Amino acid sequence: MKRFLRASAILAAAGSLALWLATGAHRGWTKTSVAVEKTDEVTGLTYADYEKRFVAGVEILAAGLAVASALGVASCFLGRRPAKPVNATIH
Amino acid sequence: MTLTPTSLALLLGISVALSAVAGPQSFDFKDPKGVNNAAFRLDAPLESVSGTANGVSGTITFDAENPAALHGRIVIAAASLHVPNPMMKEHLHGEQWVDSKKHPEITFESTKVSNMKTAGAETTADVTGKFTLRGATKEITVPVKITYLKDKLGARSSGQTQGDLLVVRSKFTIKRSEYGINPGAPSDKVADEIELTLSLAGAAPKS
Repeated sequence: MKRFLRASAILAAAGSLALWLATGAHRGWTKTSVAVEKTDEVTGLTYADYEKRFVAGVEILAAGLAVASALGVASCFLGRRPAKPVNATIH
Repeated sequence: MTLTPTSLALLLGISVALSAVAGPQSFDFKDPKGVNNAAFRLDAPLESVSGTANGVSGTITFDAENPAALHGRIVIAAASLHVPNPMMKEHLHGEQWVDSKKHPEITFESTKVSNMKTAGAETTADVTGKFTLRGATKEITVPVKITYLKDKLGARSSGQTQGDLLVVRSKFTIKRSEYGINPGAPSDKVADEIELTLSLAGAAPKS
């Protein structure tokens, strides 16, 4: 159980960090669309054309690290095996 | 006095030439290309809240010979407000913020034009008007830059429609508290000032 909790903690931390880094290490909130600035040739006006793209934000990283911390702390308390009774023999 | 064919032809030519340059034109700002937009920005601790709205419509009457007579009304559909974070967008359209279901339109209707300067096809001015957001109307004065693009509608419509274009640019700030936009939200969490940038092009087809 202890090993499982610790492994889960590492997985949660690594997974959230990997997701955050893979989607651009964005230091803001999560996005599901990204603005691409374009310019209209005739008028010269600039406008945002949104592309559907998932960008993990710091709250996903924070949530993953929080879950990892909780699992890690739990592994310190929940995984303890009860002490084996010592068989004392009296001769 | 009898009109000879020559003088009649001359009079006709003069009247056609005059009609080509004189008089106010009504420019329609409904843009099927989705280029017309209003961008907004509010400061916040982690990341500024930035988004756009492209549901623009309305008309502006402009006379190239008399720019000071400019007047019109621009409408932005509140439902078209967009921010990239889905939860933030839900809050933005909710009752405490823009409340787009109850107040579907954001409008600006001009009442006065001042400090006008014209250089060629470009005109800058301060336009005073009634700005309505979330059901609250305030009179504000905003700086505008207007560019009159004669005979450029064809280039924008792949030659399908001929006419003129009117490009309007403006950048100004408003305070969300003056329009009842979540007055309970502390300004150190979400700034009271909203920076608005309008990038609009209206079309006046030639009949």
